[in-house]
Amino acid sequence: MRRFSWFNATSLTLGFAFLYLPMILLVVYSFNESRLVTVWAGFSTKWYGELLQNEEFLDAAWVTLKVAFFSSTIATVLGTMAAYVMIRAGRFPGRTLFSGMIYAPLVMPEVITGLSLLLLFIGIGLDRGVLTVVLAHTTFSMCYVSVVVSSRLSTFDQALEEAALDLGASPFESFTLITLPIIAPAVISGWLLAFTLSLDDLVIASFTTGPGATTLPIKVFSAVRLGVSPEINALSTLLISIVTVGVITASLVSKRAAVQRRREEQAAQRTA
Amino acid sequence: MAESDFAPWNDPEAKPLIQFKGVTKRFGDFTAIDDLTQDIYEREFFALLGPSGCGKTTLMRMLAGFEEPTEGQILLNGVDIGHVPPNKRAVNMMFQSYALFPHLSVYDNIAFGLRREKKPKDEVHARVKEMLRLTRLERFAQRKPHQISGGQRQRVALARSLAKAPKLLLLDEPLGALDKKLREETQFELMDIQEKTGTTFIIVTHDQEEAMTVASRVAVMDEGRIVQVATPDVIYEAPNSVYVADFIGDVNLIRGTARLRPAQAATEAAAPPPEQASPETTPAAPVAKEAAAKTDGPQPNPLGRALHDRILSPIFGTWLEEEPRRLPPPSAAETAKTPAAETPATPAHPQDIPPGGLEIDWSEGQPALLAANGDPALDGEKVVLALRPEKLGIAKTRPDAPNTLKGKVIDIAYLGNISTYHVEIEGGVMVKAQAANTRRISRRDITWEDEVWLSFTATAGVILKDE
Repeated sequence: MRRFSWFNATSLTLGFAFLYLPMILLVVYSFNESRLVTVWAGFSTKWYGELLQNEEFLDAAWVTLKVAFFSSTIATVLGTMAAYVMIRAGRFPGRTLFSGMIYAPLVMPEVITGLSLLLLFIGIGLDRGVLTVVLAHTTFSMCYVSVVVSSRLSTFDQALEEAALDLGASPFESFTLITLPIIAPAVISGWLLAFTLSLDDLVIASFTTGPGATTLPIKVFSAVRLGVSPEINALSTLLISIVTVGVITASLVSKRAAVQRRREEQAAQRTA
Repeated sequence: MAESDFAPWNDPEAKPLIQFKGVTKRFGDFTAIDDLTQDIYEREFFALLGPSGCGKTTLMRMLAGFEEPTEGQILLNGVDIGHVPPNKRAVNMMFQSYALFPHLSVYDNIAFGLRREKKPKDEVHARVKEMLRLTRLERFAQRKPHQISGGQRQRVALARSLAKAPKLLLLDEPLGALDKKLREETQFELMDIQEKTGTTFIIVTHDQEEAMTVASRVAVMDEGRIVQVATPDVIYEAPNSVYVADFIGDVNLIRGTARLRPAQAATEAAAPPPEQASPETTPAAPVAKEAAAKTDGPQPNPLGRALHDRILSPIFGTWLEEEPRRLPPPSAAETAKTPAAETPATPAHPQDIPPGGLEIDWSEGQPALLAANGDPALDGEKVVLALRPEKLGIAKTRPDAPNTLKGKVIDIAYLGNISTYHVEIEGGVMVKAQAANTRRISRRDITWEDEVWLSFTATAGVILKDE
């Protein structure tokens, strides 16, 4: 192994500092005694307590979770279907145009997506509220799901589906009994991605939201405009810890599964 | 190879299980299968053999229902199945990659097809148990595919495709992923299972040894057409074209011009033993003679035959039936003497050479090669003499044989049981000769750069029209 040079050490430190210093500050100040965010006045957990008393924040969190759950679920269904068609349908006229249009929302400025959705909802006379936010989030997170699922499908051995058909399964059975269980990990990660995207979306939600449908990002943003309160630090710290725990658990579980699988494969070769 | 009596393709009464009728398959401009007509009979083990891209896989996928023929019909028991979807036909397939469902156990993999038929649970269970027993997988029923070895996966794939008792089982390069030793064992297992279940098997392979081992009939394919269909021994001993001779096994091809051999000259010149004089024991030209015996009415003479084949049939179509290729009956000369090996050849007198056939002028200043089994119709044509290396004798002194070639040993490939000698004969042609290593290697008297004589009988080779 090569020596750990000072250059390597410096770049590592700088890189991580750049990424994590803001978050560390935020976490540290969430335990601040003082109401002023920038002045340290001793350790305290009182802002966490106040956060749990704050009805507005809790309502907004509940709305956000509802929106994220429904939009990511609908987006997963639609995105998986789109990915399946793109990979399986082979060549048809306009295939390139179609696949380009699926991925276009990935690079579309959010302001434009939000504005166009707002105009649409006004045009068809849909009252803005939870429903419109769910629809808007579905629209943009669907293409992320389809990217994730289609990358899994492109390495999927099509002979498996042919084998299912050959054994008498209908095309629908072959999809639900064979394809779906095998690509399930990709579908689940697509769902999680859509869920996270919906959780932290501010721009599109603020265009399409209405009375009674204030999501957490909108709430935080409007609260910050009145001055940063340590309560928001506490809220953010909670969110960061939830995400961290989730990511670490997921990677541990999948790593253990991979190790287990490799061990079983080796055992199978030995006993052969 | 032991020949069984199973030969429905020779029985005009037999009803074929599968009939291809003028099947053509095009992918855009590319013609994968070109106007193919072929019958396959019940209980056959039929091998489709050919290089990659010859259309054998397309043919199989059309039988399974994954591709639809562009033109023509595919009949299964007389019913056109060309456009029936794969899940609605009594045909099952074993995939090259095995295509085992990775999330299901061995048991559930095998039960998959039965459950789609909505069969009662105990019936499914009994059938799966039977399949597990047949393929000796009882111990692995609850394992997932990644928890078993390659050979076991291959057997799961076979059990799964046999579980529904299909009329026809398709095997796509079934042994390609196994190592040589396991492959050979599995070939015999496959034949055994085919016999036990009585299912018709069609196997696609590019491995000619595998096709020869397992199949009752082999179809050699090239560029979307079947070039020859016959039993493995006929394919090997009596190929109908240079392509087939070259594709199957090792072969020496000697090009030359054919000349008709006087039918009686040889027998008249030397006083023949009395039993050879009778025409029954020494057929003049086995193939031509048989054709004459089988078909009623006058047969064309060589000139008429050439006229028909070369000038008239391209314009008016063929009206003379092509005689199916068959093995030539052993000639008196062949049965009389043992093949010349490294030991000095048993004296074979010129009068042992059956009369008739062709002489081949293959090189300026060299004596013509005798081929008593040559088709007289090829007189004057450019021909290829296809000689299998094991039919050539190699010796240091000139043996008394109908055909001898002088040459120099360039290379020796020692394979243990046999050795292949690469001999450059006069005229610069390389010829391979094989001899069994009946002696210890230290006692071998032929080595590199040695002058040797190659010899072969007048019926050892096959005369084919040069393409």
